[in-house]
Amino acid sequence: MELLLTKRFSIPDAFRIEVYRETGGYRSLQKALQMRPEEVIEEVKKANLRGRGGAGFPAGVKWSFLPKEKKMPVYLCVNADEGEPGTFKDRYIMLKDPHLLIEGIVISSYAIGASKAFIYVRGEFLDCIDTLERAVKEAHREGIIGEKVMGSSFSLDIAIHRGAGAYICGEETALIESLEGKKGRPRLKPPFPAQKGLYQCPTIVNNVETIACVPYIVERGGEWFANLGTEKNGGTKLYAVSGHVKRPGVYELPMGTALREIIYEHAGGIIDDLRLKAVIPGGSSSPVLTPDEIDVKMDFDSLARIGSMLGSGAVIVISEKACMVKTLYVLARFYAHESCGQCTPCRNGTSWMEKIIKRVEDGKGRKEDIDLLLDICDNIKGKTVCPLGDAAVMPVESFIKKFREEFEAHIAFKGCTVSYEREGVLNV
Amino acid sequence: MYKITIDGKELQAEPGSTILQVAIKAGIDIPHFCWHPALSISGNCRMCVVEVEKMPKLQTACSTLVSDGMVVYTNTDKVVKARRGVLEFMLINHPLDCPVCDQAGECKLQDYYLIYGKYESRFREEKLKKRKVVDLGANVILDTERCILCTRCVRFFNEITKTNELGIFNRGDHSEIDTYPGKKLESIYSGNIVDICPVGALTSKDFRFKCRVWFLERTPSICTLCSRGCNIEIHHRQGRIYRIKPRVNMHVNQFWICDEGRYGYKFVNAENRILKPVVKGSSGLVPVEWEVGVIDVFMNLSAIISKYGSGSIAVVASPYLTNEDAYVLMKFAREVINTENFGYLPARRGSYDDFLLRAEKAPNERGLLNMGWKTWGDGAELLREKINNRMIRALYVTGGEGFLSQVKDVSDLLSILDYKVFHMSNREGEVDSINAILPSATFAEKDGTFTNFEGRVQRINRAFGPVGESLPDWKIIKRISMMFGKLFPYEKAEDIFKEISEKVTSYKGIDYLAIGDEGVLTDGI
Repeated sequence: MELLLTKRFSIPDAFRIEVYRETGGYRSLQKALQMRPEEVIEEVKKANLRGRGGAGFPAGVKWSFLPKEKKMPVYLCVNADEGEPGTFKDRYIMLKDPHLLIEGIVISSYAIGASKAFIYVRGEFLDCIDTLERAVKEAHREGIIGEKVMGSSFSLDIAIHRGAGAYICGEETALIESLEGKKGRPRLKPPFPAQKGLYQCPTIVNNVETIACVPYIVERGGEWFANLGTEKNGGTKLYAVSGHVKRPGVYELPMGTALREIIYEHAGGIIDDLRLKAVIPGGSSSPVLTPDEIDVKMDFDSLARIGSMLGSGAVIVISEKACMVKTLYVLARFYAHESCGQCTPCRNGTSWMEKIIKRVEDGKGRKEDIDLLLDICDNIKGKTVCPLGDAAVMPVESFIKKFREEFEAHIAFKGCTVSYEREGVLNV
Repeated sequence: MYKITIDGKELQAEPGSTILQVAIKAGIDIPHFCWHPALSISGNCRMCVVEVEKMPKLQTACSTLVSDGMVVYTNTDKVVKARRGVLEFMLINHPLDCPVCDQAGECKLQDYYLIYGKYESRFREEKLKKRKVVDLGANVILDTERCILCTRCVRFFNEITKTNELGIFNRGDHSEIDTYPGKKLESIYSGNIVDICPVGALTSKDFRFKCRVWFLERTPSICTLCSRGCNIEIHHRQGRIYRIKPRVNMHVNQFWICDEGRYGYKFVNAENRILKPVVKGSSGLVPVEWEVGVIDVFMNLSAIISKYGSGSIAVVASPYLTNEDAYVLMKFAREVINTENFGYLPARRGSYDDFLLRAEKAPNERGLLNMGWKTWGDGAELLREKINNRMIRALYVTGGEGFLSQVKDVSDLLSILDYKVFHMSNREGEVDSINAILPSATFAEKDGTFTNFEGRVQRINRAFGPVGESLPDWKIIKRISMMFGKLFPYEKAEDIFKEISEKVTSYKGIDYLAIGDEGVLTDGI
């Protein structure tokens, strides 16, 4: 398969603009500037490019939600606040091929009519910020951004904003609040950012990987891109594989590659050839899968059909050595810690779940705790301001549904019964 | 207009309004914590969820706009469970200290638990410990364990006073309301956050632990501390004011009052209230029975009249008088004493802002003008001149505390006079040279009307019987007048107002009872 997003990962110094240009960079931009903005949007629609941040919303459709009448400035915000446990794909794009992202940003901004774009980078990604800042400078110098992009009448500025460490700022409206200098707390929707976003102006928020696909779509056409993947799931996808596999890492594969193939062929199978116990297929919030479910195609619709999610495409592989209760505790602790605290069910529900799961893990569980957890899930799910509530609930529900006997054993035997050494996968 | 259905009731709904607004108008109760009519929509408590046909998820009624044909249910199994869930979440870390909480009895958590909760506790973990008895400054104490983080107080300072004094610190269930580092609340409107706090998180330093709220009687009244005339409720018990709360009047003060007004009630039950008439004898001021006091004042005034003529007596009105007091006092000056030397002492001027606070620190200057009173000048200069010229030999003063504190070198001025009689509620200032003090009732102890700076006539109501033997000013005047042989036929303030509404042009046709809760706007002065 031809690599797109990762094609320069093996080229030395690809982060430099000369190398980027030598390897075909910024030609798509030149092409895009010859097209009308609507034509660019049309190609992106045809490409079936779905949001790579996790929600999988078609990017072209999102762009077309912008008001037709341009009364206020339009902003593009690139979501580089990659924080979902298990996810580590965007950072490599920023580190290894920052100009691909910048080219995507310029084309996308041209398409949506933005003259100012922001890259909101996760605060811990200091190396990414350095690389991006350097790349933005280079692009400025070469007339890729700034006044009159490549001699056209289009102008664009790119600002890099360093986040302050909250997971919730990856939620698009919290990201906008944070960019505005406020506490990162999600807004009530509607209105959606396309109507009222940054500084109350129409705003598009797209993930790094999503934007990085745009130059290829412009270069080769939406149809070509769509055909790389499965139905309604265009392009390639970066799968970040972690956990108990022999070769953890980021793999660029066609959208819809089977999960089994990702784990056993690309990631080399399970460490020590242990048996597979469970897989979290799309970042920590996606419902867990059992070994008999791994023939699923890794695209948005196929995973949705079996009750899980592609999410960010972060595959967390769990071997038979891991304790599911402890693993769930680690996840629950994360969501309780990262709940912004704005709305009641998430604020109090996530920490309550954490406490119960910890108690079960510590061997002090009660029979009724399992059903209590499920009921707390029900009281959070769909009742919160933003999707963090649902994200916290999905692991709990799915772990209990698929590994209930392990929880029951924990309660009955007052502790862990996994006969191997106890080892949670996500020791964060 | 849209047509929407809530719980089977067909309702008219203004486009652009929310489900909650329509429900409230129709008298349908949708429980809510964070929504407040004067503040922006926050949607954080999640208590007001309802089921809307064709929408898969529950919707928050506070933030969901109505659409034509919308069908809403507020009591389905799903809604009931979600609400109970929200209450349970709010209460898991709540200290449940209602027995010692001032909010008990007017607490939304308590009320909603009894209506929508009533579940067995399922929480077996350790409750989160957070800061208690946090002194936010000004007049407010915060208990972060009771706080449900609805952000009403934060939004109040962001949106109403625009002083941005509170924020939320930390994250998740460690979130806490607080002032910014090194700062304390400074707003003169800080007391309002205690009112809008739906739970016991914000309590009033002044009211803490004083009285259980269910013992309090509530009497609608008007604040007397400036000419805005903010609508208030006097919360009292057994002749004692425990607190003042704002009463909604969108024309005057909306939902709010300032701290000056809120905490400026102390004089009513102060130790220095004058309980009986006081007359100067050879051994100084001594309390006497009303009959004795009235005869004494009559004898002395009569002596002045016969010696220097009735014009030598000056009458001073106070901007604290009600319209009824001021009207009767005017008649007293003209028809009983028969003097043209009457005027009022303007209200003390103080700080003001562009929100509620007015510079004129008295409730009824406008009313005095309406009743035909002319000013003696800001420091009573015109009066001083006449006293210095010996044209005036005796003074009949109402609102004596104001006179003593506002008039410069008042003792020297008074020493020139042959006779001074003062209406006073509190023994304040240099009273020794006064010949007779007649105890007047405060605003909390009488009925009547004030006219605020923009001409709105508003009613005050007697919360409890006058303290001691004090009387409303007009009743004192009525007693004195009787000695002069003039019988005023008024039995209650309403009788006087009836006459005002016949005689005073700008009050023509106003019915005392019809003044109601919102007041009536008059025009002209």
